[in-house]
Amino acid sequence: MSKYFKYLLGAAVAVTLSACASGDVEEGSTESSTSSGNTLNTVIDRGELNAGVNDQLPGFGYVDSDGEYTGFDVDFARAIAAAVLGDADAVNFRPLSAQERFTAVQTGEVDVLLRNTTYTTSRDSDVGMDFAPVTFYDGQGMMVPKSAGISTLEELEGMTIGVETGTTTELNLADQLGALGVEYNTQTFDDRDALLAAYEAGSIDAWTTDRSGLVSSFAVLENPDDHIILEETLSKEPLAPAVLHGDNQWKDAVTWIVYALIQAEEFGITQDNIDDFLDSDNPDIQRLLGVEGGLGSMLGLEDDFAYQAISQVGNYGEIYDRHLGPDTEFNLPRGMNALYQDGGLQYSMPFR
Amino acid sequence: MYSDNVQQEEKVNNQLKGRDSTSLQDNKKAKISWIIKKNLFDGWKNVLLTILTIIFSIFVLYQVTAFVITNSWDVVYVHLRLLMIGQYPLEEIWRLWFGLYYASLMIGLTWGLWKGAGKAVAFTFGSVYFIFAVIPWTTVNTSINLAGCIMLIAVGYFFGNKLERLKIPVIILWILFLPLTLGLITGFGGIITPVLSRYWGGWLLTVILASISIVGCFPLGILLALGRRSTLPAVKYFCIAYIELIRGMPLIMVLFIGQMLIPLFLGGETGIDNVTRAMIAYTFFAAAYLAEDVRGGLQSLPVGQYEAAQALGLNKFKTTFLIILPQALKAVIPALVGLFITILKDTSLVAIIGLADFLGTARRISNNPEYLGRYMELYIFVAVFYFIFCYLMAYVSRYLERKLSRSVN
Repeated sequence: MSKYFKYLLGAAVAVTLSACASGDVEEGSTESSTSSGNTLNTVIDRGELNAGVNDQLPGFGYVDSDGEYTGFDVDFARAIAAAVLGDADAVNFRPLSAQERFTAVQTGEVDVLLRNTTYTTSRDSDVGMDFAPVTFYDGQGMMVPKSAGISTLEELEGMTIGVETGTTTELNLADQLGALGVEYNTQTFDDRDALLAAYEAGSIDAWTTDRSGLVSSFAVLENPDDHIILEETLSKEPLAPAVLHGDNQWKDAVTWIVYALIQAEEFGITQDNIDDFLDSDNPDIQRLLGVEGGLGSMLGLEDDFAYQAISQVGNYGEIYDRHLGPDTEFNLPRGMNALYQDGGLQYSMPFR
Repeated sequence: MYSDNVQQEEKVNNQLKGRDSTSLQDNKKAKISWIIKKNLFDGWKNVLLTILTIIFSIFVLYQVTAFVITNSWDVVYVHLRLLMIGQYPLEEIWRLWFGLYYASLMIGLTWGLWKGAGKAVAFTFGSVYFIFAVIPWTTVNTSINLAGCIMLIAVGYFFGNKLERLKIPVIILWILFLPLTLGLITGFGGIITPVLSRYWGGWLLTVILASISIVGCFPLGILLALGRRSTLPAVKYFCIAYIELIRGMPLIMVLFIGQMLIPLFLGGETGIDNVTRAMIAYTFFAAAYLAEDVRGGLQSLPVGQYEAAQALGLNKFKTTFLIILPQALKAVIPALVGLFITILKDTSLVAIIGLADFLGTARRISNNPEYLGRYMELYIFVAVFYFIFCYLMAYVSRYLERKLSRSVN
């Protein structure tokens, strides 16, 4: 046997060496991206957009049964790829955890972060992000069982509240309830499933996360009708695409691609009817779709960037309805995410 | 869970009574009656305990069976491909089949040539192939390929059994296995269409991460263990510092360092993708633990072994690699396999750095709105799969241990 042991030992060494070699090969085959300078040109040269997304947030970013990334945030990444590169499928999705998302932007590993990221002062300054317009206005809410008879945050006195770790929800909870002088206990969970299991078992009295997350959990709860979401919100959570601070051209491009999708909804331009609008007499629409005005080239994009994004992915309302609207499990009311003329906050700056 | 309880109870009872069960192993019948009478129903306390345990076990078993039978397992079988190979492109899937064919043939040959634990490995793989081949949810294509794998195991066994002289070629083929299959999976760095690591996922990613880390940490760990016992202060203190530093950090931190600090220090242009970074982190982490296991083996050897080797006129290199290491490694096989099993399971931690390994894929799937909240089925599937392969590793380790200690005596 010891004879073979010798072979085995040699085998181990040889395999490692060759494994290292194949590792090098793999490195070589991976496209390297330049983090310095002009992201827009880098993306165009690469022919592919590196987008940091969530892969575990129902409705916003997840993997469907065929292994394709889908969701609200994911569609914005596709729209950016369509606008910049003319191909909505030219996206390399990089699933990111909450902890590593900003590092991935800082190191240039992703060109744009579309991972339900809240737009805050510290992230805009200290963390080194720049934010495009808000794509989804969210707010932290609180879910309680109906039977508890609670309707305000003050009534949570002495209760145990469940939160997820690694998010700002725990901080917001402490801030808001602290200001109200409410004494409470928190219990933290690593993931949503464990939290919901504890909530249904009654070991926590209430739980809090962004309202979009609360609403989507109705699909999981055994008796959704037995639970309510409190009217009050604990925080503002505007979710926006983030890019690296200091690259203004790229930030402008992402900003106006998002605006284009909102503007398209305002004009009633959809994926299906967009070609009818190409010969519209309305100068605003002509400029948006790049028929005249040359707005795209001013941004460093093709003039038809908005046309590409809308025709390949759809306008803001279509994206919303596809992933969060009435035909989905979530049926999330537009609320603050309606257009400004419908009483919401979604408002595009003018294209001219 | 049921058998677990019974075993545990047996153990407890044995300890309570201070009896050695082996003394009563005259024949099987006596043993069984002993277990039932003296072990489980001895005195009213034990009777009560036994009855309670049986009731509890039946209850749990009933619940589990009811869950398994009444549940619709569609969330698992719809996503079998995702769970096994992640987003690996379908048109390149033949590369994975090649790897599986290769492995099957090698397992068959090894079983035929060396017998022993090869049988258990062959049967385990064969059974897993068989189960996947016959369940109605796999495509015809997959079933045919899996049947091919089973055939190859049989063919390998047949030839291995007949032709003794295949031993050396088989060892060489085993050495080539990882570089060849891995090269094929990645595309040999551009010779054929590359498949970037971002498309790897599920069990495929788990196996790749674990095997690279295990194979990589082995020589590194041995060198560190030898270095720690070196008389050269620079080598010695470097090895001590490395081992203690790594062992003083949680694995998650090492992963985070690999994932975030490496690109920050080297800039985003290094082009090392995140799967490779995770492999590096695992390898370095495991090497420190392996070094300590091996050092234990080195220290267990009597000094006479060194002196005998010297007396035979062997130089230092030969002493180490022909006399000392084989014996030291043999002594620590259980510890090493324990470490390898840990590595296999620890690869699931890559979920926190955004990679979708086996468990990570299950979590991803449970967040698909269509299947929200259906995580129990997925987790059970993942647990069973992990268990099969971890137990197989443990079994082979026990076999090697027995076999090697016999060959010395």
